[in-house]
Amino acid sequence: MTNVTSSLLLAVILLNFFILGTSRLGACIRVVALQGALLSLLPLFLYGVNIHSLLLSAGALLLKGWIIPWLLFRAIRQVKIRREIEPRIGYITSLMLGALTTAIAFIFADRLPLQPEHMQSLFIPAALSTLAAGFLMLITRRKAITQVLGYLIFENGIFIFGVLLTEAMPLMVETGVLLDLLVAIFVMGIVMNHINREYSSINTEHLCLLKE
Amino acid sequence: MPTSPSAIHLVLLAILLFFAGAVLPMACGRRQRLAHVMGMAGALAGALAGLPAALLFLLTGQTEHVQPVWPGTGLQFALSVDALAAFFLLPVFLLVFCCALYAHRYLDLPSRGGRAARHWFFFNVLAASMALVVGAANSFVFLVAWEVMSLSSFFLVVHDLGDEQARRAGWLYLVATHLGTAFLFGLFLAEYRLAGSLDFSSFEVLRGLPPSGALVFFALALIGFGTKAGMFPLHCWLPEAHAAAPSHVSALMSGVMIKTALYGLLRICTFLPPLPAWCGLLLAGLGISGSLYGIALAALQPDLKKSLAYSTVENIGIILLGIGLWLYCGATGHPGAAALCLAGALLHVWNHALFKSLLFLGAGSILHATGTRTISKLGGLLRRMPVTGILLLAGGAAIAALPPLNGFVSELLIYLGLIKAGLAAAGGQAFVFMLFAALLALTGGMVLLAVTRLLGITLGGEPLSEMSARAHESSPSMLAAMAIPALVCLGIGIAPQVPLALLAKPMAILAPGSPNPAAVIPLPFNADWSLVALLLTAITVFGLFLRRRSRPQPGQTTWGCGFSRPSARMAYTAGGYSQFAQDEIYGRGPQPKVEQPDRLGFFPALRRFHREFRDPVLARWFSPLFIRCAGLAHTCHRLQAGQMNIYLTYIFLATVLLLGWSFLW
Repeated sequence: MTNVTSSLLLAVILLNFFILGTSRLGACIRVVALQGALLSLLPLFLYGVNIHSLLLSAGALLLKGWIIPWLLFRAIRQVKIRREIEPRIGYITSLMLGALTTAIAFIFADRLPLQPEHMQSLFIPAALSTLAAGFLMLITRRKAITQVLGYLIFENGIFIFGVLLTEAMPLMVETGVLLDLLVAIFVMGIVMNHINREYSSINTEHLCLLKE
Repeated sequence: MPTSPSAIHLVLLAILLFFAGAVLPMACGRRQRLAHVMGMAGALAGALAGLPAALLFLLTGQTEHVQPVWPGTGLQFALSVDALAAFFLLPVFLLVFCCALYAHRYLDLPSRGGRAARHWFFFNVLAASMALVVGAANSFVFLVAWEVMSLSSFFLVVHDLGDEQARRAGWLYLVATHLGTAFLFGLFLAEYRLAGSLDFSSFEVLRGLPPSGALVFFALALIGFGTKAGMFPLHCWLPEAHAAAPSHVSALMSGVMIKTALYGLLRICTFLPPLPAWCGLLLAGLGISGSLYGIALAALQPDLKKSLAYSTVENIGIILLGIGLWLYCGATGHPGAAALCLAGALLHVWNHALFKSLLFLGAGSILHATGTRTISKLGGLLRRMPVTGILLLAGGAAIAALPPLNGFVSELLIYLGLIKAGLAAAGGQAFVFMLFAALLALTGGMVLLAVTRLLGITLGGEPLSEMSARAHESSPSMLAAMAIPALVCLGIGIAPQVPLALLAKPMAILAPGSPNPAAVIPLPFNADWSLVALLLTAITVFGLFLRRRSRPQPGQTTWGCGFSRPSARMAYTAGGYSQFAQDEIYGRGPQPKVEQPDRLGFFPALRRFHREFRDPVLARWFSPLFIRCAGLAHTCHRLQAGQMNIYLTYIFLATVLLLGWSFLW
């Protein structure tokens, strides 16, 4: 089992790099969906097949792998954009930063006072590096849609943490988090449309006109 | 000890009536006159309910505690009134009564908008919050009431929203009072950490503090309360705000609101262990420098109310001098002198509340009758407003500490304390006491200059402007509102033994075991004194009456100085009267900024002469300091880029820093 979870987590980390390095929005959405789908398998491998983990997996798969990507595709069809051009920080640089934060995540996770069973696992470093990748996306990209993707990746990082705590965390909390996510994406889709209509672009920089 | 359970409930009733008087006018909608009457009725009824209760507490010296239920909040809304609180409650209720009565005719009803309702809302809230500040039994209630008091008085200061000067003054006041309140928050939070409870009764543990800890508390209280009280050099807001507010509000603020800060200071002193002697010396030094500074500037102001406001700074200085000497004498082993100084300071709290409110109300009448506050545009008002003029003269005599009036009694007590301590002490210490006595005497002399200038030019002589010539006497309710404090002033002056007897209970709380001032030194206040004072008053009144009966002589020019037709424009102006003091006695500090016209050229050109009075402390210390702070704050403004990415970077960095911090330590 550890092998399977480890390879899943490794795949998640690699997908982070893919997202950080690509400019095509369609590919980005697909990869985020894939990442979510991979993560939704984690509870099954970690805790075996029982009602709790089944429900959690099914819910996460449905939302992250299907509904949210569908919403996002719809959004980019409506606003008619395909690429994130000119990010704040270039793709190469953000890849380097991603690598750096991943390295730091591994070092940091090594030194954390963890439970013995989590000591050697990839969970903590994967979660931290995914969080950092999400943050990087949020910070470096200009388009609202890529920021939404950053937010999703960020949530994936939190999900990895959450899986570690599944036994401690009741099902309701997990469902609540997933539902929150769905609503947030929904709202962001609407906001994005409005930004687009108002400024004929979905660059969030225009929002700084609203300052003060 | 007789305890009547109704006394504190009367205070509660007064507070509730104030709140009713605040809320009901708001419900009157467009009916301004009804709102006006209801607001005034609430204030008057509340004051009438509170007065006997405060007097009862002061007479019996009992302490009552009440906790109206306030379920669900977990906070105790505790009120407690003892003799010390009652000592401050009494002037609060008395002046709220007078000022509300005065406002009835003073506040001309505007035809539109909710101004009457707004005014009465804040006026009554101010009255209620002052009673709550004094009656609070835990620091939570105290701080909330304190803040409500600051805010409501701020809104009263900016009553005339169209007045640019009033808005500026209100802004200055708001900033100053909140900076002061920040220190009070520090004070009470630190006490909470030590005592583990917000109740004042649990602050007894502070008595076990080491001297250094007590000093911290004393410093916090001094800055926090000193700002509100108008202690030099934190007084900068006071002259502006008092001058800009409606006159009855100035009277209330100057008379009692700033005294609640003194109450706070005294109350904190009862919690603290005995302070080192130099604390008292510091307080006395601040007090005497404040009184010299205040009266020096009061003699320069071209504005009637600003001059009175600076005189408030002076009187607060005298009270703080008394309190400081009480602490100093107590710490250096002169209990008798300490008792005299404390009694003088406490009595001066009352006296100043009375005569300063009288003078502010009188200034309000002048403003109402003539429409100007500039002294040099008034003049000849004693003939046009005889009753107001005589009341103002009585107030002026009281503030100048002339014998048959009350100001004399309290200042005499402080002088006696100083002289007694100075005679008993040796060497340098005696010099300190004598120096204080001499400086206090100097202050007294300068008060005379300020008062004669203020009243002589406004009341005497010929009208200096058209506005002054058309002045009319105030309405009876305004005169009655002024007559009450004037009569009490006279009463305290004629029978000082009565207020001195009332002081015994609050003094027993502040300084347990201190001797009675009358036992320290044989005070001259007995039946003979009363008789002489009464005779003096009667003769004065009779003389005035005779003068009024005699027909006025036709005006004659006494000495034309070579002018064939002297006019009022040649009379002494306010600036001219104080010019000698300003040019020859004062240093460079309090000089006004003068814009002189250019030198004469060959051809006549437009010239202007302009002098501007700014508070020297504000202009030289605080304004540069705050401008620098504003510059720094503006630099930080760059952090607010308005871009979400940058904000997210801040969050990210903060998270990383916190993670690293929690991890490394």
